[in-house]
Order: sequence, then C-alpha cells, then structure tokens
Amino acid sequence: MAEVKLLGFWPSFFVHRVIWALKLKGVSYEYIEEDLSNKSQLLLQSNPVYKKVPVLVHGGKTIAESLIILEYIEETWPEKPLLPKDPHEKALARFWIQFGVEKIRPSLGAYFRAVGDEEQEKATKELHEALKILEEQVLGDKIFFGGDTIGLGDIACGALSYWFECVEEAVGKKVLEPGTLPRLHAWAQNFKQVPVIKESLPDHGRLLDYVKHTREKFVLAKSTAQ
Amino acid sequence: MADEEVVVLGFWTSTYGTRATIALDEKGVKYEYREEDLSNKSSLLLQMNPVHKKIPVLIHNGKPVCESLIIVQYVDEVWRDKAPLLPSDPYQRARARFWADFIDKKVVFDAGKKLWSTKGEEHEAAKKEFIEILTQLEGELGDKPYFGGERFGFLDVALITFYTWFYAFETCGNFSIEAECPKLIAWAKRCMQKDSVWKTLPDHKKVYEFVIGMKKMFGME
Repeated sequence: MAEVKLLGFWPSFFVHRVIWALKLKGVSYEYIEEDLSNKSQLLLQSNPVYKKVPVLVHGGKTIAESLIILEYIEETWPEKPLLPKDPHEKALARFWIQFGVEKIRPSLGAYFRAVGDEEQEKATKELHEALKILEEQVLGDKIFFGGDTIGLGDIACGALSYWFECVEEAVGKKVLEPGTLPRLHAWAQNFKQVPVIKESLPDHGRLLDYVKHTREKFVLAKSTAQ
Repeated sequence: MADEEVVVLGFWTSTYGTRATIALDEKGVKYEYREEDLSNKSSLLLQMNPVHKKIPVLIHNGKPVCESLIIVQYVDEVWRDKAPLLPSDPYQRARARFWADFIDKKVVFDAGKKLWSTKGEEHEAAKKEFIEILTQLEGELGDKPYFGGERFGFLDVALITFYTWFYAFETCGNFSIEAECPKLIAWAKRCMQKDSVWKTLPDHKKVYEFVIGMKKMFGME
C-alpha cells in the first residue's frame, strides 16, 4: 500500500475533514504539521496553485482542496462509503455540500468578522437563515446528513459543531441553539460523539484560544480602521 | 433507456448551462432543451431549483439536478456506457475536479466580466489576472490534445464553454488571447470541431452583441 501523508495545520477545519475521512476509512497516514508563516518546500511543491493546507500526498501524487481530497479518499478506499450509491442521491449530497461552500461559509465568515451592533445583527440574521435551510431542507428528520451514519455531508459541515462553538464564545453571541435550531443543534452534539470524530477533535481550550485570538485581530483591525 | 425523460433548463449565453448540454450530447442522450427568460423565470425553474433559482437544471424523470459540474458528473455516472468524461483513475479524477474547481473559483467568467465592466488601471489589472488564469490552465493542458488526454473529457467540458466569450473579452479588452495563450486557443479550436460543442455553443459575435447590450444596460460604455 502506497504511503499516505497529510500536510496540515492543527486548527484548520479543512484539515480536520480529511483526518476524519482517512480515519473512518481506516487508512494509515503520516501527519505533517505546517508552519503557515514559513511554508515547507513540500507544501509549496505539492500545492503550487494555492499554497494551502490540507494537501494529501499518496504514493508521491498530490491532491489539494479538502472537498476534492474527500472525493479522492471515497473513490480510492471505497469500503465504508461516505456518499450514496444512487446517482441522484449522490448529486443531491454534492449539491448541499456546494451550498455549504457558497452560502454557509461566507455567512459564518461574516458573523465571525462582524463588529458593532448593526453589523453583528445583520450577520447573525443571515447566518441563521442559511442554517435554517440546512436544518429544514437538508437534515430534516435524519440524525445525520448521511442518514443513520455520518457521510461526506456531515464531514463537510463538521465545523458547525466544535469549531463554531468556539466562534460563538469568541463573538459572545450564540446562533446554534436548541430553541431556534433544535435539529441542527442535536446534530452538532451527536456529530461530536461519533468515536472517530471525538478522538480527533483538537483540544477545546487550545482551539478556543486560537479562535479568540483571531477574533481579537478582526476587532482591532476594524477599530483602527475607523 | 427508451423511456427516459430528460429536460434541461438553460440560457443561451450561459457558460454553465452549455456544460450540461455538451455532456448530454457527448453521451448521445435525447433531451428537451428549454430556454429560460432570466428576467421572468418559469415556475418549473423555481420549483426545480428553489434554493438558487438558477440555470442550468437537469430534470431526469422528474427529478432535478442542479449546479453545472454536479450535472456533468451525474450525466457521466448515469450514462456511463458511452463517452466517459471523467477518467477512471481516482487521481486523474481528482486532478480534473481540481482544475474545474479552479475555473469556477477563479471564475474565469468574473475575471472576464471585469474586462468589460472596468476602465483604466482596473481594466489593465483585469487583463493581467485573466491571462494569468488562462496561462495556468494552459500549463495543465501541456502537450495533450485535450485536458482529458487523448479524449475530450470533464475538464474540457468545464472550460470550452467560456471560449465563445473570448471574442467579446478580446474586443472589449483590446488584446489577443491567442497571442498570449496559443496552445489554449489551438485546444479550443480542436474542441469546436466536435458536434457536441459547436452545435451547443452560441456564435461568438452574438455573444459580443449580448455583452454590448449588458454594458449599455449597466451604463458602462
């Protein structure tokens, strides 16, 4: 079996997605932590287009972009499938993952960066609306986006659980609450309890510090800009 | 496959819509094409793509598939016995998906859009950005006849639809893409010889007129 390496950065939820997929498939890999302020030759050579993590190196071949890496893992190690077999169901799973990229992530980013009451209120409202779509149209009555067990959709949205909790704490305002988004909130708790996920999550305290520090930088940048 | 009902909702200049029809034509699938009036969207479009309300939408036996690259992959999987678009090797598939994602991320179309909607310094920057994107794609093509290798494939479908916009970009930008990226233009002309491509893609002069119309509408003359 050819060697598998993963170039990563410990707080990156893009990297975490790949870790979860590899572990769910039972694939052994070597993890290489990158210093993003001093990127390694390996990273620059493996991902010359974006120079970002994660990058999967499999038998010397390099694959970049977390969602593309996930599809590669799914196809290379097809046991324990993470995508539906039926083409239409698969297309639907891909559609909602794409929705996450185009609608959820920008709203999350805006919420994370919002400073001041007006901006925060607007960002919170938009994020809530996007999450409501996930809750009502995608999750519905299922436990996980993948059904009874987690799939690529859950992995793609995983950051909404542990990572977003830290963001909410840093911003000081909760959005994903059992009162307003009951099913999505339940999903987040269930997701974190899945054994492979639970054992892979970064230390909460350490991640919280990182997220708070990042938030402080946004607030400072905004206040000095005025 | 005799009783398959396949409908495509599209818009004639859309670089995303034409990906769907090229894929279907490559596979020899019979389908009904419906042109949407984007200023007055049909109830079918709104029903089939309520989340984004955008074209293209593929409706297969009543079930919708949205997002152009997802549609192309779906078509490739369902009608897998003819003209495979994605390679069979997972690494080559990942490469094709990576570059198709690059096209959509860098949004060749948006970079091109800046070409006809900006002036002066912004315009010069837009030209530079556009050529850089095309040069990177040219690098991926290398000496192969198609991005897919010997055969027209997924990445070829993803990019060729932008070719009929090049004339508009060149005219508005006053530059020659062929001079900057000759291999890419040679590739595009090779693709244009395929029935599935030239029958679907709009005439580049008509696209240019459409762009001029858009410029007038946005007061960008």
